[in-house]
Parts: sequence; C-alpha cells; structure tokens
Amino acid sequence: MLGYILRRIAMMIPTLIVISMLSFVIIQLPPGDYLTSYAATLRATGDAVDEAELASLRQRYGLGEPIYVQYYKWMSGIILHGDWGQSMEWRKPVKELIWERMALTVFLSLIAICVSWFVAIPVGVFSATHQYSIPDYLFSALSFIGAGTPGFMLAMVVMWVAMRQFGLNVGGLFSEEYILAPWSWAKFVDMLKHLWIPVVVIALESTAGSIRTTRANVLDELNKPYVETARAKGLRERQLVWKYPVRVAMNPFFSTVGWTLASLISGQTLVAVVLSLQTNGPMMLRALRSQDMYLAGSFLFLLSVLTVIGTLVSDVLLAWVDPRIRMES
Amino acid sequence: MTNTEPQNRKISSEVMEESSIMSVEAGAPLEVPAEMAGGAAEEERIYVAGQWQLMWWKFRRHKMAIVGAIILIVFYLIGAFCEFVAPYDPEAYFIRYKMAPPTPIHIFDATGKLRGPFIYHRDRSQDRETLRDIYTENRDIIYPLHFFVKGSPYKLWGIWKSEIHLFGLAPDIEEQAVFLVGADRMGRDLFSRLCYGARLSLSIGLIGVFLSLALGIVLGGISGYYGGRVDTVIQRVIEFIRTIPTIPLWMALSAALPADWPVVKMYFGITIILSLVGWTGMARVVRGRFLSLRQEDFVLAARLCGSSEFRIIIRHMVPSFLSYIIASLTLSIPGQILGETGLSYLGLGLRAPAISWGVLLQEAQNVRSLAMAPWLLFGPAVSVILTVFAYNFLGDGLRDAADPYAR
Repeated sequence: MLGYILRRIAMMIPTLIVISMLSFVIIQLPPGDYLTSYAATLRATGDAVDEAELASLRQRYGLGEPIYVQYYKWMSGIILHGDWGQSMEWRKPVKELIWERMALTVFLSLIAICVSWFVAIPVGVFSATHQYSIPDYLFSALSFIGAGTPGFMLAMVVMWVAMRQFGLNVGGLFSEEYILAPWSWAKFVDMLKHLWIPVVVIALESTAGSIRTTRANVLDELNKPYVETARAKGLRERQLVWKYPVRVAMNPFFSTVGWTLASLISGQTLVAVVLSLQTNGPMMLRALRSQDMYLAGSFLFLLSVLTVIGTLVSDVLLAWVDPRIRMES
Repeated sequence: MTNTEPQNRKISSEVMEESSIMSVEAGAPLEVPAEMAGGAAEEERIYVAGQWQLMWWKFRRHKMAIVGAIILIVFYLIGAFCEFVAPYDPEAYFIRYKMAPPTPIHIFDATGKLRGPFIYHRDRSQDRETLRDIYTENRDIIYPLHFFVKGSPYKLWGIWKSEIHLFGLAPDIEEQAVFLVGADRMGRDLFSRLCYGARLSLSIGLIGVFLSLALGIVLGGISGYYGGRVDTVIQRVIEFIRTIPTIPLWMALSAALPADWPVVKMYFGITIILSLVGWTGMARVVRGRFLSLRQEDFVLAARLCGSSEFRIIIRHMVPSFLSYIIASLTLSIPGQILGETGLSYLGLGLRAPAISWGVLLQEAQNVRSLAMAPWLLFGPAVSVILTVFAYNFLGDGLRDAADPYAR
C-alpha cells in the first residue's frame, strides 16, 4: 500500500511541472504587464509617472526578461525559498496574501463535500429502497432542480432574499469587525455563523448529483442475488442494506472525490465572487484584471495542485477499498 | 456495408425482446411503448424499424425531454428573430420608466368584459419619503395590445428592413409602454433586452459545443482509433487541461482578451475559450466509443472486405456512435452557456454594449437596486435556468434514446 502511494506521488511530479508551466504561460497571455497598465492608469488620472521608479520595479519583478527566465526565477523561488514572488498590486509577497485565502478555500470545499455526502447518502439510499414512493419522487425532483441550478445564481437569489426579507447583507465570511483581525476563537465562531449560506449554496449542486448517483448505484445492487440470499437468511432489512449494497455503491464516490473537489473549487470561485467570500475567488479575479501575474499565477497553480491532490486522494481511497487496484500496478 | 448492419440490428432487437420478457417476469412495469407492445403486426414493425426510428419511439416516451425540446425551440426562435419578437429597441430608453415594474397585462376590463389583452394607462408619482417612483393604473384609459404592430424600425439579421413587431401598443400612443419583465435602471425594456440576450447567450453555447465537437472528434478519434503512443500523448494533454479547475482557467484565459475588442471579436474569443476546455470531455466520449467499436464484428468485416480506414470510420463507425455524441453534446451545452453567463457576470466575458444574459446579470449586480427591482435579477436568471433545465431534460431523453436496444 505504501509503495503504491509513493509511486502515485512520484507520478504527480511531472504533472505538477507541466501545470506550473501552463499556469505561468496563461497568466502571461495578456499583452503588456502590470507596470504598463499601472503606468497607463497613472497617466489617465493625470499623475506623474516616475520612470526611474518604474524601471526599478521592472528590474525587481524581473519583467522585461524572456518568459522562460521569468518562469525559472519564479519556480526556483518557490522550490528553494517558498517564495511565490511579489504581488505588484498589493506590494506584498504573494505568500502573505495567498495562504489564508487558500486555506479558507480548502476548508469551505471540504465542508461542502462533507455536507453533501452527509445529506446525499442517506437520502439516496432511502430513495433507492423506497423506489417509486412519494418521497422518492420528491427527492428526485429536488435533486434534478438542484443539479440544474448554477451556484452563483442561487447565491444571487439568496442575497436578494436575505436583503429583502431580513434586511441583511449576507456577503462575506466574517462580520466587519473581524475581517482584518488576526485569527482567534471569536473570529472562528463568527465565521461559523456566516458559513452556512455559502456552504449550502456550494454544496447544493454536488449534493443533488450525489443523490442521483447513490440512488442509481444502490438500485443496481439491490437486485443482485446476494441481497436476496441475505434476506432469505433472515438478516434484518436495515442491516442488510447498509452493510452490503451501500458499501458497494460507495465505490464511485471514492473514485470521483478528486473530480468532485475540483468542481467544487471551480464553482466555489464564482460563488465566492458573488457573496464576496474571503477565499480565492475575489482576489484572483482582481489579480487577473490588474495583471498582477505572480498572484494570479500562484492561485491558478495552487488550485490545480489541489485537484491533483484530490485525484491522488481518490486513487488511494479506491486502492484502499478495492484490493484489485493496488495489486494490479 | 449493408450486409453487416441489418444482421446486427436483428440480433439486437432479439436481445431487446428477451429483456422485455425478463422484465415482465420480474414484475417491473413494462417499459415498451404502445407501438412496441401491440399485436403481431406491431412486433413486425419493430423488427423492420430502422435504428433512428426506434430512437424516435424511445425518445417520444420521455415526456420531460419533449417539454425541454419545446422550450428550447421557442427560446431559439426568440433568439433568432429577436428584432421581431422584442417590442422595443434594446437600447431605446423611456426616461419616465426607470426601474418600472412589469406592466400588468389584463384581459377582462373593470366591468368584467372580455377585451383581449390590454394595459391600463400608467401614471407616475413619487413617494415623498423614499423618492421612489410609484406607478398607478388609471382604469379609465385602456390601451389594447396589438399583434404584428408597427414599431421602431429594425433590420432583421442586418439584411431585411422592417417595422413590424410581434406585439406592442399602437404606434401613435406616446409616453406609455408595455414592459413584460419590467424596465432597467435606464428605463430600457428588459424583455426586449432578454430577447436580444437570447441570441448571444444561446448561440454561444451551440457554436462553442460545435467547436469542441470538431476538436474532440478529431483528437478523440485519432486517440481511440490508433491507440498506442499517440493515444497516451493525447490522453495526457487532456489530463493536464482537466487538472486546472474550469472556472479559474476560463477566468484566466478570458482576462487575456483585450477589453477594447469589438463585440463580434469578443464573442468568438469567448467561444474559443469555452471550447478549449469543452473538447476534452468530447474527446473522451469519442475515444471510448472508438475503443469499443474497434472490436465489433462489423468493423472487422468491413476491413476484411477491403474498405479504407477513412471509409470504415465515416461509413460504419460514426453512424453507430453518432447518437451518443448528440446526447453528450446536448448535455454539455448548458455548461458552455453557464460559462458565458458566469464570465460576463464577472466582467471578463462579453461587455455592454453587447447584450447577453450574463451582461444583464452583471447589470443586476447591485444588491440595493435589486431589492427595489428584483426583475433585473430574475429575468435573466430564470431565462438561463430554464434553458439549462430544458437542455438537461432533452439530453437525458436523448441519452436514453441513444441506445434503443437497451432495456
């Protein structure tokens, strides 16, 4: 098992290298760079542009050099010193800005996954064991609606309802007094109070999808002879369902946890912009707009790394539940 | 080729027959359409029915898919003829009707007499405290709604000049307007804007999907047909692209499009970005189909008969997986439509003066104005969500119908 995990990690390295290149190239795509657009803004507002300062900044950020030199500098900084470059707009090292945001992104996505499974598995199993009953139709209809409703629109509607009914502005993860405050227990509690709306919005789509998958998988299993045998032997229905068919039906969950995580992170980015959450979304959007390339590039790279890790986790989980896979390679 | 396929079909219909008998034994509801369950003559009909005929029969039973198809047809017609359907020019503004709520359409007048669709005269006054405009109906003056009425001149598809609109008030009525979905903060008719938005938003999904399809069929086909090293390389590329989360990738790519591009250029830029990610899914489907079909007897038979590779692909393989492609194509259109909507909403996609549903949503971004004019949000949001649902239903129906021989 350990050998399998190590092999999978070794396989990740070339992927990560290619992805880091891709992110860097994509971030470099816009014509010009941060300083040219910065200078243009200064000129547009009628401020004096200090050419010497621009030149020194250009030097400092390594802008004028060929792209592969820039990439090399960026990468070696990350690997050797954990230095992700400078954010030009914020005038701060990227690592100071990015980690809290990424941590919240991961935290939010993981909670959303847990919530969606916590809801989806019991509901899906219930729907399958009570096929064609009224609750089954109800859940199926709900999950269809949930799967079709895009998260960011739902977020807008939620904002509107909160505004209209309760006069609340539900945006953000923290109350105003905590946004800039350092982490403390009080801040954490405050975050939990704000967390449920984004979690519900983000989790809805994957919950709906998971309900449908669980239902279909359990239904497939319920018709198999071993279930009949167990029933004939007098096993209690509840025990029988949860012990065998559900466990088998869980396999696809493990194999797709990587993709689920990726799509949650992806969808969460848009929702975060709508609800102005303190995750990657709003900051990345701003960095992209102002061509703050190291910041935007770091986000794009780290988000992809999360997906790679998610895939790894799902492979390991799958190997753990299914010995055939870990024996094969 | 004809010597292989009928046999293939016959075997499959026998399989179908068998499975339907099995399902009777299992006590499950018989999932065979009326045509299929009839007497011997009906059975004969199934045996001789072509693949597409069977698919149509199967599709027709999927009621929600039919509903979805009808919704989509209506939406696409509106998009295609938006100049005609929209009662007003999307940029024409009515100063007196800033953020005016939807105009109530009446059929019966105050005395209960049937008058056909009409609106009452609307007077504007202002709330002294909130300074908000209030519109009150004056029940004494009635303006009937006319169909095929003369209105603002337009050029349909930029070619044919016309002044006829689907509906509207008589052209001589000044200072009154009918807003089916309300007006925006500049007093523009939201319904007209939604119609124009439909044209961009709906077509961007279609074109994007066809671009993805072209890329997907070529690369997925090569990958699946030749296998080996080419396959490995293409699969790795797909993996890399799929590793980067979609929306951040779309955001990064569309941030690279210069903001000062004209609408048409921007439109194609966005379409290409959407399909850059979309083709990977398509390629996987095509590859999977190729891999499974490569083993089929009829492909081997065609090869033994001396057909060229190209002919085998076009004449034998593509027709037998076309239905799957169409189904997964349909299911991937909503993603692309939502992609455009999301990007435009973020201000990275289409921008005003372009009118798309995403642009309209972006205009509804201000929560405070939303509290007063919720139709600014719900107009475009309901349009998008309806479209997504319709496509999902249609796609589900098509996917089930794609394999008419299955259960």
